[in-house]
Amino acid sequence: MNAHLQPTGSAYFLTQETQQTERHTLSVLVDNEPGILARVVGLFSARGYNIESLTVSETEHDKRLSRITVVVIATPKVLVQIKLQLERLVPVHRVHDLTAEGASLERELALIKVRGSGEHRAETLRLADAFRAQIVDATVESFVFEVTGKPGKIDSFINLMMPLGLVEVVRTGLAAIARGPEGM
Amino acid sequence: MAEKMTGAEMVIQALTDQGVEHIFGYPGGAALPIYDAMFQQDFVKHILVRHEQGATHMAEGYARSTGKPGVVLVTSGPGATNAVTGLTDALMDSIPLVCITAQVPTTLIGTDAFQECDTVGITRSCTKHNYLVKSVDDLPRILHEAFLIATTGRPGPVVIDIPKDVQFAVGEYFKPDAETLRHQSYRPQLDGDLKAIEAAVDLMLKAERPIFYTGGGVINAGPEASEHLRELAELTGFPVTSTLMGLGAFPASNPQWMGMLGMHGTYEANMAMHDCDVMINIGARFDDRITGRIDAFSPNSKKIHVDIDPSSINKVVQVHVPIIGDCGRVLEEMIRIWRSRTNQPRTEAIGPWWKQIDKWRAVGSLNFKNSDTVIKPQWAIQRLYEATRKQSREVFITTEVGQHQMWAAQHFHFDKPNHWMTSGGLGTMGYGLPAAVGVQVAHPDALVIDIAGEASVQMTMQELSTAVQYRLPVKIFILNNERMGMVRQWQDLLHGSRYAHSYSESLPDFVKLAEAYGGKGIRCENPAELDAAIAEMLDHDGPVLFDVIVEKDENCLPMIPSGKPHNEIILPDTANIGSIIDEKGRQLV
Repeated sequence: MNAHLQPTGSAYFLTQETQQTERHTLSVLVDNEPGILARVVGLFSARGYNIESLTVSETEHDKRLSRITVVVIATPKVLVQIKLQLERLVPVHRVHDLTAEGASLERELALIKVRGSGEHRAETLRLADAFRAQIVDATVESFVFEVTGKPGKIDSFINLMMPLGLVEVVRTGLAAIARGPEGM
Repeated sequence: MAEKMTGAEMVIQALTDQGVEHIFGYPGGAALPIYDAMFQQDFVKHILVRHEQGATHMAEGYARSTGKPGVVLVTSGPGATNAVTGLTDALMDSIPLVCITAQVPTTLIGTDAFQECDTVGITRSCTKHNYLVKSVDDLPRILHEAFLIATTGRPGPVVIDIPKDVQFAVGEYFKPDAETLRHQSYRPQLDGDLKAIEAAVDLMLKAERPIFYTGGGVINAGPEASEHLRELAELTGFPVTSTLMGLGAFPASNPQWMGMLGMHGTYEANMAMHDCDVMINIGARFDDRITGRIDAFSPNSKKIHVDIDPSSINKVVQVHVPIIGDCGRVLEEMIRIWRSRTNQPRTEAIGPWWKQIDKWRAVGSLNFKNSDTVIKPQWAIQRLYEATRKQSREVFITTEVGQHQMWAAQHFHFDKPNHWMTSGGLGTMGYGLPAAVGVQVAHPDALVIDIAGEASVQMTMQELSTAVQYRLPVKIFILNNERMGMVRQWQDLLHGSRYAHSYSESLPDFVKLAEAYGGKGIRCENPAELDAAIAEMLDHDGPVLFDVIVEKDENCLPMIPSGKPHNEIILPDTANIGSIIDEKGRQLV
């Protein structure tokens, strides 16, 4: 058993990746048909692309169109392939790379449960105020906060809650839209 | 004009309206309504296979030899899963296929019913597109859409999963028309961008060492595309090479033909690709069997890439002039633009390049050491080729996968497209026999030969029964070396000749096997008797299994081992090395 001592040989050649990975937000307009999400996710997993977050919902009910917003981390070369492979899927109408196209708005919603008493509890209320978080549930020993904003803002809020009794977090994932008057 | 009928009748009506005369399939509980509807008409003829994988490969052979979509009908559960290999094969080689799979009733889906499986889930990544028909009202649209998607843009397999209750339900059927043929999101681009085509022709006009690198895309674009390629080659005077999938688009008898390129391609084709200054890729996808090591692939050339699939552009190799469009249309434009700029082929202008090519040709990379005592596989194929040239019938060749496939590509010469059927992208052993059956169904009077290996042919051997049933006189030419030759060759090269499971043990007596099926069996071991045995095979009016006992340890050369660039090719001992300028090619094996 000395395969590891021998020079690598295979029926395929092995190359090193030289490009840096980047984080891009893609907006995909699709026919709202059963299984469309499975198709898109299946494509990513089949080709080994990374999904950081994904949201989907119907946007135009009468035309039966849905919009999938997916955040990917990939090298520029793979990014082009992701876009083209998505466009190749029959129910996909268009793919926009919001990060590459410039000005876009990104928002996320999180529900955050915090448990504490005394000074910790007071501190959580002060911070929630600073982050413009809403209290959507309250008991004598816990709160559930609703926060919307850029993912970075939500990350910061969660980090601040951690030493103050953070119990659990549920996040929706990114919704994004391009600035300006043009639609998809 | 809508007509009321059951889902099952809609299937048969849609096939009739789409001009489908033959379908390949196997019945089962969930598919019975469709089989019942089919029994009550005559236009659509069903070929009963022995395994659903056979049905898919038959449909592939049918499609590649006619340009029409191949149609498959299988039942739920194991019927669908048995078809997966053939569907993946069609996806990799861009073959138009419509596969109808029956499914358990909609009320039973998800309950682990008898012969239920998640067909749509399983085939999602191995088809161009697939459908689960939940209501009979959707069925006509889906049927016609499936044909549109399978046959346009980059062709591929489409699966339609039809639950049994949908087959029984009654709905309104409508014929395909311009409205249904317009899809809202699926719009393949057929006409190449004019500026890009002009830029390409500009490069071609100034090129000093040009080469046409053609592929399966030319075949898929129809026989007119092959005609345009011929015309453009004549106009320009440039050398032409082709991938495994593209063989036949450009006639092998033409003096500008360089032979196949790639891992087992000719020396001259590979050297020309490496040293060219303008590479014109028409309908090929820079597959790794062609490029070898990417960073050393044709480093100093400007590359033009004509492809109908945008995701193929810059996927593997960066190109300078991408042109998205149908090969035939783009070639037509290139011809028009070329003619408007010049009226001379550039054969003289690229004279030094042709001289260099002739030097490479003189190396004789396809030569081999023949023998009087044992049949060499390359020689067997050459003798088969010579025998087929004397035939007045059309000749179609299918192959299995392995060394024999490469030897067939090297030593059998094609002058027309759609006469060469092989599994390139997926490399499915067991493809050739059913594919030959499918080709014979489409061309009942032709000579159809499957060049096979003894390991491959056993994978779908049962389809010989189909050939006998439908009186399809296919000829299975088995190059029997008792080895999985290509695997053994790689084990020689990379794994210190540790031949792990690359031999064929307990082989059947192929002559007795053929006779057991009701066909004819021939065996030949003596080189002196080969020609007569081949004649016997070709003359027999019925299916034949011909067991050619060949040299056991012959290596398939030339070969560019993986990880090596094009110009570090391994040549056979018989190659005329003295005529090469730099001598890197002389390695082991």
